[in-house]
Amino acid sequence: MNAHSSVSNETFDCRVAFSEKLIALAEADPRIVAVCNDSVGSSNLNAFRDRFPDRLINVGIAEQNMVGVAAGLANGGFIPFVCAAGPFLSGRATEQVKADVAYSNYGIVLCAMSPGMAYGELGPTHHSIEDLSWMRAIDNLDVLVPADPEQTKAAMDWAVKSGRPIYMRVGRHKVPSVTPADRDVAFTFGKIDVTGDGSDVALVATGTLVSRALEAQAILAAEGILARVLNVSTIKPIDAETIIKAAKETKGLVVAEEGVLEGGLGAAVSMTLSENHPAKAKFLGVTSFAPTGSNDFLLEHFGLTAKGIADAARKLVG
Amino acid sequence: MTISVWPDNKPLDVAAIRDLPEGERAEQLKLVAKQVRRLVVQMIDIARAGHIGGDLSVTDALVTAAFGVLNISPETADDPGRDRLILSKGHCAAALYSVLALRGFFPVDDLETFMKPLSKLNGHPNRLKVKGVEANTGPLGHGLPIGVGSAVASKLSGKNWQTFVFTGDGELQEGSNWEAAMTAAHRKLDNLVVIVDRNRLQQGARTEDTASLDPLADKWASFGWEVAEIDGNDTAALLKAFTQNRNGKPLAVIANTLKGKGVSFIEDRVEWHHKVPSKEQVELALKELA
Repeated sequence: MNAHSSVSNETFDCRVAFSEKLIALAEADPRIVAVCNDSVGSSNLNAFRDRFPDRLINVGIAEQNMVGVAAGLANGGFIPFVCAAGPFLSGRATEQVKADVAYSNYGIVLCAMSPGMAYGELGPTHHSIEDLSWMRAIDNLDVLVPADPEQTKAAMDWAVKSGRPIYMRVGRHKVPSVTPADRDVAFTFGKIDVTGDGSDVALVATGTLVSRALEAQAILAAEGILARVLNVSTIKPIDAETIIKAAKETKGLVVAEEGVLEGGLGAAVSMTLSENHPAKAKFLGVTSFAPTGSNDFLLEHFGLTAKGIADAARKLVG
Repeated sequence: MTISVWPDNKPLDVAAIRDLPEGERAEQLKLVAKQVRRLVVQMIDIARAGHIGGDLSVTDALVTAAFGVLNISPETADDPGRDRLILSKGHCAAALYSVLALRGFFPVDDLETFMKPLSKLNGHPNRLKVKGVEANTGPLGHGLPIGVGSAVASKLSGKNWQTFVFTGDGELQEGSNWEAAMTAAHRKLDNLVVIVDRNRLQQGARTEDTASLDPLADKWASFGWEVAEIDGNDTAALLKAFTQNRNGKPLAVIANTLKGKGVSFIEDRVEWHHKVPSKEQVELALKELA
């Protein structure tokens, strides 16, 4: 009953679900606009542009301006989805995100396309591995990392409904569906989705790492180590209750994310544990500027694989 | 200490100024500007903090826009089609707060709380705390991109409001302004006006001794903007510029001003960026502004 559902071989680029959903949302709500930085192609906005030419505001290669323009549009009654490659949105426009979006409390959805090391061989300048740390540090900004297409679409529904300042990763690296078939909704804001109730170890993962954690759960099960998988799709605010419960009911936690360890998911989990229920934990992430290689190669390089997660889990419970 | 406004306690009907003929309007705006300057000096005296030089240089342009041209009032503060006044040089919040108080957005007496603990009147404006504030500015180079977004929204929604953005001149050293300038011209935002408070001084020195901006009008023109270069402390010239033909382009008004305008010993002196006048100097300033 608690065995994980096997991870499918079929994989998806979340940007496809994103663009389909954006068009559907825009058809239903005239307030929805897209703002981008010459990223029509990379943000998969071609179809949106064809359908709503006036509602795609492409400001050119100018991220500070892009986020400021979104704030002005929000002031004027619109709901902007700001679409840009993660490293440039989160890095180049950090102050605009802070002052113009979060501090101004505008309902703006900052969509970080191709996050993590999705741009592989293009190198660390194009990797968005610091974004979760930077964005988590900003008050009044929700930080979402949907793990598959279903979660991406459901998170977008939430974003429009909530009217909140939101930073959301939209994955490019192809991932299998990780949403269990019995879920009514694929994404619930502020709630961790738990697969299994294994009492040996908790595998806490986000985004691209969720399917890998589910694979690790199967590897460990075969060895008699019972794991539960926590899919953290809301990084901020963090679901402390589910993390504390996992710490209480297991011997330790492995936390894995496609990002730096200073300030991201691991840091959020660590603070939650320290304050509430100190527990053994191992944190996996991107620990240096990456060498040249594809996204898959780099995930392997940093041990962000099912094997890497399973190895860490064994050491923790061993 | 209490804030005093209007000589002999005879307030002008500021809401009616917009409907006056142009010449009369300019004269009334001068009187309002003098009151704003008096309020700014008193606020900074009470708070013992503030940016007096820039407050006094931008006053005439702010007053002319807010009372002479734009549809800005407490009654329409939440109207989606209201005009937008964005103070990008957010450190001159005292001037903005004075304008909003005189227009009735909040009681003039509240100005006494400027920068006091827990006051809604923070050193830089916050739209969530003060009605009439459109943008949470402070870091420079933020107002114009927001103004561009507002101007796009105005056209997209069909509500056709005006957006006026007030920037400093030193502020134009921030690259984000020029990103926004390109977008505005590209999208032919003729409902957008930027007013550059060209007082030629920034915090540490003259702009031209720091990172020179001249030829400033040529810069805006080359970016595809309509440009008006005027005496930015002259309400009649400001009125004319704000209502001039824009030829289908966004309009940049280079408002040549004196930093510290109206108080002789503060005018055009770099040290008065955010220096606070002594009690004696406050008295002297208010005498000059009587």
